[in-house]
Amino acid sequence: MTPQLGIFCVLAALSVLGALSLILQKHPIHSALSLIVVMVSLAGLYLLMGAEFVAAVQIIVYGGAIMVLFVFVIMLLNAGVEEYTNLSKLAGIAGIPLTVALAGFIAAAIGRSGEAVQAAAQTGAVSSTRGISTMLFKDFVYPFELTSVLILVAILGAIVLAQREK
Amino acid sequence: MNMIPTNYYLVLSAILFGLGVIAFVFKRNIIVIFMSIELMLNAVNLAFVAFSQAMGKLDGQVFVLFVIVVAAAEATVGLGIIILTARNRQSLNIERVDLLKL
Repeated sequence: MTPQLGIFCVLAALSVLGALSLILQKHPIHSALSLIVVMVSLAGLYLLMGAEFVAAVQIIVYGGAIMVLFVFVIMLLNAGVEEYTNLSKLAGIAGIPLTVALAGFIAAAIGRSGEAVQAAAQTGAVSSTRGISTMLFKDFVYPFELTSVLILVAILGAIVLAQREK
Repeated sequence: MNMIPTNYYLVLSAILFGLGVIAFVFKRNIIVIFMSIELMLNAVNLAFVAFSQAMGKLDGQVFVLFVIVVAAAEATVGLGIIILTARNRQSLNIERVDLLKL
């Protein structure tokens, strides 16, 4: 077992445990903290794959901004322990077969595409941050400008939604 | 340089996505349901970066940046809506939020 594989196993186990804990925890703030564990371990996996820029953005935007927003909202609304009703059991009965079917489809797709991916693999060590910036401002410049408009719309929407009615 | 097969990353991404779907179906708190959407987006991002690394191209990482931007915008607007519904209904349970209009 190479050191990389060991690190991968540790980070993968950490992220799966975090996702499981998100499901099993009863209090929203505990779920949010588990989700932060998942995001940080995914950032570690990105570093392992040599995607330093994506790892940094993952930590700063997901772990830093989005999760802080979630925790703020949980505290602001004073969210308590979840309550379960009969309808929740119905969701469970309907949800288990659907989730199993989805997992089966994904597993089948991975099984079919795995060899093709390995065959197409080429180990071109690309300087990731410089390459991403070149691509972002050359090939993807129109989508990039559109995302800035999207963020502006999101800011306006959040302000309009959250302001108190007169 | 990298000894880990791409399949491992894809399997991990599928597991995380499945757990996100399970959380989406089973959880009753509207904020936690929203968090499970973020978990699914993260799983897809992992697959994007894994493919990008396997193919030796950077397109996948640029897509991940766009996904993160859209997720951030979605989180702001979604949490605004959640604050509004929670204020109107005094509840965060998804079963009490079954009408668009109050």
